[in-house]
Order: sequence, then C-alpha cells, then structure tokens
Amino acid sequence: MFGMRIWLRVNGEPVEADIWEGESLLYVLRERLGYPGSKNACEQGECGSCSVMLDGKLVCACLVLGAQADGHEVVTVEGLSEDGRLHRVQEAFVVAGAVQCGFCTPGLVVAAADLLQHRPDPSDDEIREALSGNLCRCTGYAKIFDAVRLAAR
Amino acid sequence: MDVLTPRTLDEALRLKSERPDALPIQGGTDVMVELNFDRARPPALLNLNELAELRGWSEENGRIRLAAGLTYAEAMQTPLPALAEASRTVGGPQIRNRGTIGGNLGTSSPAGDALPPLLVCGAQVRMASVRGERTLPLAEFVTGVKRNVLADDELILAVDVDAEPGRQTFLKVGPRNAMVISVVSLALRVDGELTASFGSAGPVPGLVSAPLEDAESFPVQVAAAAAPIDDVRGTAAYRRHALRVLTKRALERCLA
Ligand SMILES: Cc1cc2nc3c(=O)[nH]c(=O)nc-3n(C[C@H](O)[C@H](O)[C@H](O)COP(=O)(O)OP(=O)(O)OC[C@H]3O[C@@H](n4cnc5c(N)ncnc54)[C@H](O)[C@@H]3O)c2cc1C
Ligand code: FES
Ligand code: FES
Repeated sequence: MFGMRIWLRVNGEPVEADIWEGESLLYVLRERLGYPGSKNACEQGECGSCSVMLDGKLVCACLVLGAQADGHEVVTVEGLSEDGRLHRVQEAFVVAGAVQCGFCTPGLVVAAADLLQHRPDPSDDEIREALSGNLCRCTGYAKIFDAVRLAAR
Repeated sequence: MDVLTPRTLDEALRLKSERPDALPIQGGTDVMVELNFDRARPPALLNLNELAELRGWSEENGRIRLAAGLTYAEAMQTPLPALAEASRTVGGPQIRNRGTIGGNLGTSSPAGDALPPLLVCGAQVRMASVRGERTLPLAEFVTGVKRNVLADDELILAVDVDAEPGRQTFLKVGPRNAMVISVVSLALRVDGELTASFGSAGPVPGLVSAPLEDAESFPVQVAAAAAPIDDVRGTAAYRRHALRVLTKRALERCLA
C-alpha cells in the first residue's frame, strides 16, 4: 500500500519509514515514526510549530517532502535534551513562564536553540527576527522573549 | 505518485524528458503547500535537492551566476544589494533556509520577491533539457500570472546577473514583516541610468528605465507603467500610489 521506504537519522538514531510519496516530513515524523513533538497547525509554513533541524538548518517540517529527507539528518525537539536533562532553552521557557497552551512551544524552542547556537548573545532585534517564523496565540510573546534572553545568559 | 531523486544534472534532465509530467521540487515552500492542501496531485515529483550543480553562486567575467537552488538565506550573502534586501523580507528564517531563487522563477508569481531585484540586474535565465541549453532574458521568461516559457522537459539551471550592481535597494509593502506576500514591491538600480522593477502591480513584474536627469519625474513614470488590480491585499489605486512613494524613497536612498 505504501509507496516507498526512506532511511534517515532522527535525533542521532538511524530509522527507516514506509511512506506515501506525497507526504511531508512532519507527517513522517509524527505518524510514521512516533515523534509527536513537532506540531502540526497550519501545514503551510506560516506558524513554525513544526520547526525541526534538517542537516543543521532550521526548517518547517511541513514543507519538506518526506522523501527529500531520505539519507539526511533530522533533529526534533525530542532530540534537544541530553541525558534526561532539558536543553537550556527548554529550562528557560519553564522558568520564565513562556508556556501557556504549549502548542507553539516545541517550534519556538527549536528556533530559539538554533538562534543561540549561532548567536550566543543576540540583540532584541535578532531575537525578534529569529522567531519571526513562529506564531504564538497565547502568550503575547513577552515571556518568550524573556525566556530566550534568560537562556542566552 | 512517484518521487524521482536524481544524483546528477544529466540524470535529472533524462528523467524530466522521460517523465515530462514530473513536477520539480526544490525547497518545497510553494509545492508542499499545494500537496498538503490537496490542491495538486502530480503523477510524479522530481526532487532536485541532491544536485550539486544547482547549488551556490559564482562570479565570472563581470557576471554573477546564481544557481537555481540558491536559498534566500544564501542570497542574503551575495554582493547584490537589492536581491539581498528582498531575500531578507521573504518569510521567516525557516522559509529562507529552504525557499530558492529557482523556485521563485518556477512559480512566476507577480508577487515573487526575487523577480524585481533580478530584473534590474539584467537577469538572464538559463534552462536546460536533453535537447540542449538556452538562455532568455527574465522579462521574456515570465509570460503571465504564474506562467513562464519553461517546456515540459526543461529545468531551470541558473540566473545570470550583472556583477556591478551600481546603487540598489528593494522596498516592499505588506501587512506584516515575516511571511508576507507583497502588496506591492520595488527594486531600484542607479548606475548610468535609473532602472526600476516592480512586483504585484501587474500580471508580470514590470521594468522601467529612464536617464538620470529624469529622477524628479521617475516615481510618476514607474507608477504609470504599472497595471495593478484590486484584490484582497489592496486596491489598484493604492498600489499605484504606493509604487510612486516607494520609488521616491528608493531614489532618496540611492541618490543620497
Ligand atoms: C510562509 C511562506 C512565506 C512566503 N513568503 C514569500 C515572500 O515573502 N516572497 C516571495 O516571493 N515568496 C514567498 N513565499 C513563496 C515561496 O517561498 C517562494 O516562491 C520560493 O522562492 C519558492 O522556492 P522553493 O524552492 O521552495 O520552490 P518549490 O516549492 O520547490 O517550487 C516552486 C515551483 O518552481 C518549480 N521549480 C523549482 N525548481 C525548479 C527548477 N530548477 N526548474 C524548473 N522548475 C522548478 C516547481 O516545480 C514549482 O512549480 C512564501 C512561502 C511560504 C510558505
Ligand atoms: S505546521 Fe508547519 S509551519 Fe505551521
Ligand atoms: S502558548 Fe499557546 S500558542 Fe503559544
């Protein structure tokens, strides 16, 4: 029934998946491989809640064809913690109270972690620009900014 | 549906001639939206992501070659001021890391933000098929709203532009900073003459040039050259007005 098989690395682990050719990497991660961390809200690149790292680049998983990830390296929000310890961005989100309903949180955490990896001490404008691809309908963003600043310290 | 993933350009061209119904996909930022919403169900997809030939940019003999797979994030690093500025306005970081110049050409939307900056740089589009290569000015490549001259068996390889950009800038009007389809956009180049190109104000991006002495009347000339329509994003009258204002601002920037 399924069209093809792909092999990729997710959070360092080699995995394979039987997929339909037209489905997105987001669908592959959530429905085929059991990584529900990345969220599906818009499926059109507008909200960023599906943000993952593909070969070290921040992308919307909903806009990557699953088959395009064949042979590539994906890191999801599940892959950010190490040895059972939260990533400092995750920690900061908790401390700053940057989570309300939490639906946008995984995407924002991945985007913020990507920012801090490239810019350990970002300006406010850099934070704003780095998170401009992520929408949050609850917090009004102020606490999210606090969390990113906190994690940067 | 089939997904074809060639590893070399030759293989890609061969596949495209065998499967002219295969839809090319690069960054997927246009194609995936269509698939996700079931607005398109092509019989096959031709995944161009693995082609080294479609990556990066290079400079030779006073021209810069932008490969079709150049992303907006990469275009921001080129020495082409208007293209770099325009690329920075495309989507958020996630979109700029995936969306490509070649994909913007492939879509040929009147709102494509890469098109006006490329047009003011004398862009030539390089295409190829198993039958051979051809090159056309960008203004002839785009033929209508989301229409271009690309044949069923052809792929876009690259865009060649002038390496001496002169003074340039890009301006765009839209309701939000990230991920906004332009209500109207403008690229201006000032070197020996004035060259402007606008988006979202006609079925295809417009191109207007005038001698330097015409700077005073140029904003009105640019607005007059537009053929905007009323739609959900703005009225024709507003677009024409905005184009005049953007041209004036762009001139102030470039002539300062
Ligand atoms: C949230 C969001 C925000 C956006 N914001 C903007 C914006 O501000 N400005 C803007 O201009 N666009 C914007 N876009 C649209 C899109 O990102 C651009 O048009 C982008 O340049 C498409 O590139 P791609 O590589 O993703 O194309 P794809 O989706 O891979 O392909 C687009 C089209 O080009 C064809 N194609 C691709 N490569 C080739 C090739 N080598 N040869 C022949 N045909 C080819 C495909 O078949 C398809 O028809 C946005 C999209 C999203 C989802
Ligand atoms: S679900 Fe991918 S950007 Fe919204
Ligand atoms: S916390 Fe609810 S969408 Fe951001």
